[in-house]
Amino acid sequence: MSAKIKKYAGERIKTADLRAGKVPVVRWRPKVRYAWSTGIAMSRFLKELKNGKIIARKCHKCNRIVVPPRMYCEMCFRPTDEWVYVKDSGIINTYSISYLAADATRTDKPTVVAVIEIDGASKGIGIVHIIGEAKPKDVTFGMKVKAVWKPPKERTGAITDIKYFKPVEV
Amino acid sequence: MFAKRRVAVVGAGLTLFRRNLKETGRELAFEASKMALDSAGLTRKDIDCVTLGTAPDAFDGIHMKGENLSDGAGAYRKPYTRVFVGGGTGVFAPNAGWWHVASGLFDTCLVVAEEKMSSCFPHPQYAFTTIFDPIMSRPIGMNLVWIFAIEMHRYMHVHGIKKEQIALVSVKNKGNAMDHPCAQLPAKITVEDVLNSETLVHPVQRLDISPTSDGAAALVLASEKVAKEITDDPVWIDGVGWGIDSTYWTNRDLYYPKYVECAARMAYKMAGIKNPPKEIDVAEPYDPFDYKELHHMEGLLLCKKGEAPKLTEEGVTQRDGDLPINPSGGLLGVGNPIAAAGLMKVCEIFWQLRGEAGKRQVPGDPRTGVAQAWGDLMQYGSVIVLRS
Ligand SMILES: [Zn+2]
Repeated sequence: MSAKIKKYAGERIKTADLRAGKVPVVRWRPKVRYAWSTGIAMSRFLKELKNGKIIARKCHKCNRIVVPPRMYCEMCFRPTDEWVYVKDSGIINTYSISYLAADATRTDKPTVVAVIEIDGASKGIGIVHIIGEAKPKDVTFGMKVKAVWKPPKERTGAITDIKYFKPVEV
Repeated sequence: MFAKRRVAVVGAGLTLFRRNLKETGRELAFEASKMALDSAGLTRKDIDCVTLGTAPDAFDGIHMKGENLSDGAGAYRKPYTRVFVGGGTGVFAPNAGWWHVASGLFDTCLVVAEEKMSSCFPHPQYAFTTIFDPIMSRPIGMNLVWIFAIEMHRYMHVHGIKKEQIALVSVKNKGNAMDHPCAQLPAKITVEDVLNSETLVHPVQRLDISPTSDGAAALVLASEKVAKEITDDPVWIDGVGWGIDSTYWTNRDLYYPKYVECAARMAYKMAGIKNPPKEIDVAEPYDPFDYKELHHMEGLLLCKKGEAPKLTEEGVTQRDGDLPINPSGGLLGVGNPIAAAGLMKVCEIFWQLRGEAGKRQVPGDPRTGVAQAWGDLMQYGSVIVLRS
């Protein structure tokens, strides 16, 4: 068929024509807003962040300590059993160096984004956050990092109460 | 446990893939659907049901795109379902079409996939930020390329893969797309071009990524009885598979797509495939980024973990190699209108197995092909096995 077909549908609009208003378009901008309740597990997690602590949940069946915490174990499919404080340090499991903002515009300064395996949680259990106080080229896999917290008065009970993770001098 | 009724693909249709197509999504769906019906020698009257695949509503800015596209997809007063599993939608839609017919409920099914990404400003990437968890991810400024760069880096680190090896995929696929009449970004480029292109999110560079696109694709499926009445050349759907991994992606090791393996094992079991590299003649794994082709070849069990870059270097995955991978040109070359891109891959396998792929035809009379897509939050695999 592909070889038999001579013409495929599709008429391309030139971006310049679009910008110059030469093509009929209708426009719309959404104005909705959202406020999410943070749930049973994450409400506690965020409250603990405000205290400068990271809290996890433990499942007594598979013995995993997981963060972000959840009230159920997705593997055992039963309620998790207890709250466990984990450390505010860990190692870099993987990372990237971004020059791209969320709207795909370019940023002047690079941002290092990493999955950090949290000390005290089960192996391979991590969270995603920013790496600071490090030159991007000096960041490595397996690097030890520690949370840098906002001053207590500035904390709001959000993941951004941790400003970033910074390399630990060893 | 598997249904007794065999299901065939009897027609396929495709539009051009481009940034900013003048046609609406509905018009694109119509064009692809009409081409698929014409190629099967059928009309809308002959169609018992319609399955539509289209990805996040936020691109089009039209919530419930299923109803919006239905008339263009030929669904008027017919049993109609929209399926949606993120980027995995394009291969999941024909899987869903398959069970409509395999179940015995219907004899024919029109499968349509559409995407229009260019309506969203300032950039469709921005719409993607709404897929992320609002508590853990959005506040730190998460964007889609970040997480893929994170996954790519982990894959490179675990296996010691060099960027030069990964860039070969982009070179191959954009080159293959030179022979595809619908391709958006066909190009003769070199590994140096990829390595010298703008770094967006290290290790991802400009030429590692597929473009944003508009486009549509369609397939006509038929039961064995109907297929044998209307064509001498049916292509059978012998295996379908799909599956999902945990949404807690920072709790998973991203070096290996286990979700693709789960979906592939399901499809291979159904198709009776025991040795995938030996039994599969041509494959279209999902390649929105060049490293994903390699990652997905491994998940599809077409080679050992970490071995895909070596096979690529050796030329095994070229169109005339022992295991041609993405002879269409893939998402990197043909373009990436999400759901339509996945279904384009199934169209390509259909044409390859019919010997109708023209300049893109892989040599050696391929009889078994596999297409795969990947979606949701780096966690969903959908796989289809076709045989002629
Ligand atoms: Zn458990």
